Amino acid sequence: MLNWRRRVAIRDHLAEANLFARRAIVGLVCVVLACIILALNMRTLQVDKHQDYQTRADGNRIKVLPIPPNRGLIYDRFGRILAENTSFYSLEIIPEEVQDLDELLLQIQQLIALEDEVIEDFRRQVKQQRRKFKPVVVESRLTEEEAAIIAVNQHKMPGAYLEARLKRHYPYGELTTHALGYVAKINRRDADTLEMVGKKANYEGTFDIGKLGIERYYEDLLHGQVGYQEVEVNNRGRPIRTLSEQPPVPGQDLVLNLDIEMQKLARDQLGERRGAVVVLDAKNNGILALYSNPSYDPNLFVHGISSKNYKALLNNRSRPLINRATQGRYPPASTIKPHIGLLGLDEKLITTKTRIWDPGYYQIKDIEHKYRDWKSWGHGWVDIYRAIEESCDVYYYDLAVRLGMDKISEFMTRFGFGELTGIDIHEETSATMPSRDWKYGRFRQPWYAGDTVSIGIGQGYWTATPLQLATATSVLGNEGQYYEPKLLKATRTQTGELPIPAQDRRPVEIENERNWQIIKTAMQGVVEKPTGSGFAAFKGVNYEAAGKTGTAQVIAIAQDEEYDAEAIEEKYRDNALYVGFAPVAEPRISVAVIIENAGGGGKNAAPVARAMMDYYFQNYPFQEYPSQEFPSQNYSTQEYPETFQ
Amino acid sequence: MNAQVGNQTSFWRKIHIDTSLLIGLLCLIGMGLFIIYSASGQNMDLLVRQGTRLGVALVVMFAVAQIPPTFYQRWAAPLFIIGCLLLLAVLFFGVVGKGAQRWLDIGITRIQPSEMMKLALPITLAWFIARKPLPPTIGYSVIGLALIMFPTLLIAKQPDLGTSLLIACSGLFVLFLAGLSWRLIGGFAVIGSALAPLIWYFYMHDYQKRRVLTFLNPESDPLGSGYHIIQSKIAIGSGGMWGKGWLKGTQSQLEFLPERHTDFIFSVFAEEFGWVGVLILLAIYMYIIARGMVIAIRAPDAFTKLLAGSITLTFFVYVFVNIGMVSGLLPVVGVPLPLVSYGGTSMVTLMAGFGILMAISTHRRFLRDN
Repeated sequence: MLNWRRRVAIRDHLAEANLFARRAIVGLVCVVLACIILALNMRTLQVDKHQDYQTRADGNRIKVLPIPPNRGLIYDRFGRILAENTSFYSLEIIPEEVQDLDELLLQIQQLIALEDEVIEDFRRQVKQQRRKFKPVVVESRLTEEEAAIIAVNQHKMPGAYLEARLKRHYPYGELTTHALGYVAKINRRDADTLEMVGKKANYEGTFDIGKLGIERYYEDLLHGQVGYQEVEVNNRGRPIRTLSEQPPVPGQDLVLNLDIEMQKLARDQLGERRGAVVVLDAKNNGILALYSNPSYDPNLFVHGISSKNYKALLNNRSRPLINRATQGRYPPASTIKPHIGLLGLDEKLITTKTRIWDPGYYQIKDIEHKYRDWKSWGHGWVDIYRAIEESCDVYYYDLAVRLGMDKISEFMTRFGFGELTGIDIHEETSATMPSRDWKYGRFRQPWYAGDTVSIGIGQGYWTATPLQLATATSVLGNEGQYYEPKLLKATRTQTGELPIPAQDRRPVEIENERNWQIIKTAMQGVVEKPTGSGFAAFKGVNYEAAGKTGTAQVIAIAQDEEYDAEAIEEKYRDNALYVGFAPVAEPRISVAVIIENAGGGGKNAAPVARAMMDYYFQNYPFQEYPSQEFPSQNYSTQEYPETFQ
Repeated sequence: MNAQVGNQTSFWRKIHIDTSLLIGLLCLIGMGLFIIYSASGQNMDLLVRQGTRLGVALVVMFAVAQIPPTFYQRWAAPLFIIGCLLLLAVLFFGVVGKGAQRWLDIGITRIQPSEMMKLALPITLAWFIARKPLPPTIGYSVIGLALIMFPTLLIAKQPDLGTSLLIACSGLFVLFLAGLSWRLIGGFAVIGSALAPLIWYFYMHDYQKRRVLTFLNPESDPLGSGYHIIQSKIAIGSGGMWGKGWLKGTQSQLEFLPERHTDFIFSVFAEEFGWVGVLILLAIYMYIIARGMVIAIRAPDAFTKLLAGSITLTFFVYVFVNIGMVSGLLPVVGVPLPLVSYGGTSMVTLMAGFGILMAISTHRRFLRDN
């Protein structure tokens, strides 16, 4: 201690204090300078570059989220709902928020049963995902129980969300499939198409799109306009609060001409038989019924059909996926005899007085080949009335040959044969109205007189769809007035229905208006005369009906062979056809029925047509349709469901 | 010196509290609590915990202020030796936490010897340098430098770059304030810059190198290590002149800003209170530092002068490094914003340092030479 004191004693404290004070002041000056540097740097960031950083901060926090519009509902003509939006619990994953996707999926599989296919499908979608932070659906149709299990365990599965989503539901199932079609998941091709036509933005947040039928044809009307919500999000992209909102415009509700009860009747009438029924409102060709049997459940497709189910539909020998009413190419057979007869009258090749002898077969001059009548012993002397009532083949063989193919082809095209009908679904074929040019283009062969012979009875190269037949029948019944057949009747707005005007085509004009009457009278005879081919089926109706039966050969029958239905394999049996309208004078309804491999048209198809007509005249007794008031509970605007988190 | 002390202040002097310093500290602490409340997403639990810690730290400060500076002078050497031994112990038996080996488990609790060294080193060095007349000779300075290097390297090895930097600074400030010749300072600077590449290649960990690289060009890795700096600058810059208002900073409230109630709390403050707020905060820091330097200049002898000066300047290093790193002037080294950032240990150490300052300011030294 002494030592220490002594040393201290010799120090110059004043000098040391001064030295320290100088250094302390240098230090303090450095501190002040450093502080100024900090402050100036802050000024650069906060004042000079403020705008730039403000923009970036907003970019961080503000996200624009789409609000999908509610899809328009679809009603039948009496306001019964055919396509609705029901909410389902859907399990969705935002892949960007998941650390280990495999483990998460494993975790989910331990909670609820998921097929491997579902998982595979999900993985494929994740790979194809282009927009970041968009949820990908794992399973869109959870049961209440599964939803509850997921909800309880959700906190353990970050990135997985349980959402209440609106999904399309078709309460009448297979009854409406071929007319309505269905919606299903937007696939890559749909997405590309949407992008190409510049509609991609409108589908942000939408999962489904119309794939078939009305749902596809009127996609733009049904879909509506997407809305946007500007939300503030946190660093994980989860919305915290809404800043502004542009509400979506819901899709338009559509009212169809269809009468679901009539659809049901068509199905019941066809039963197990393959075929199609088309019923038109003859006033404007609104489609009252369009049913193709067998059909399938469209709801399967809404939630993503499993490949097993899809294969089953695809490989089903009854081909349920084909819309027979608009895509089935059938020989029209005798159902077009009235039209040929009309052309004959108008070309003055025949009159009501003209009679020909039917020995049971027809031969072109100098040619050995015999074209046989369905009645092998012949009809005897036949005029235009009997030729239609009893469906005499020889009369039409002769008439067709005398008319020549060019005239027939031109005239039939004006009734819509060989052309698209203009129905408001895309699944349609124009079938074939043959002509010289068509045959040359198709087979590089000239048109032979023999080809014309079978055209006279609606066979040979001639094919038509049931919808074409119904339309052509309606045009005939209305004496040339031509409307395109349409499913859409009106769109619905808050204030009421906005009817869609019928689309007319160039009417069929003939030289002598009286010829319409002749043909219509002959068709009336089909069902009213005891010898008429439709008499048995229409016995005792309390309205004036007219029609024409048809029986189409599916295979060629050898020259001397007898057609024996029992002996022939079912799939080679004749197709049964019937077309008709009623009442005769001013038709209100026209019908076309086709039943595959059922046999004779009068026996098999005509009763179905009668059932449709009977139903119509019982339930639509007045010229004016029944009250169009809709049950109001069906029309409440559905709210977008709260997300279930 | 004692003459101007009136009766009013004599109470505070008796309980060894420097009121001018205390007012500055309380202002800072008060602001800190407000920012933490906002930065933690209005987490009351966190606020209460921080408040409790501050209470403890204030008690520690008060207790330390009661101890006369001569006590430290006497115990400087043993303190340093114990500190170094503990650091060695950490190196061999330390507990690993957050990728670094900083803690020592002594049964009852964990201690962090590097925190202790933050005070032990300046005390020891001040004692050592003050043993001989100022300015220190070259040889003496080199020994002093060695005393600094030993604990600094041990801590850097843990690795804890921030703390080792602060400790090195506290020692270097003692040398500087003691009047180390400018020529020597220049020499050391040259040697230091020559050593820098060696440190880079042989001493720094990968994550530390990455931090430096990120610092040089944060936009090169916007989602990786540059993310912190970019988000921090966005927070600060978007605050503007007047700020977005308390609790209204989007960068912080929506959690874009990482570490927002600890190392990056200044960004929260700058976002919500703007450039004006930043100037006020800097002014408070400047006030505390100025007061510390006044205490140092007025201190009665070389040891207390050097110690007070070093503690004060080191406090500023905290401020400068933290603000510099969150605003992109310096690389990210884990240094908290003193007395504002959430966290316990460093706050207690800091307040103990202020306790020493208060002790120096209020304890009379009767042991005077002629």
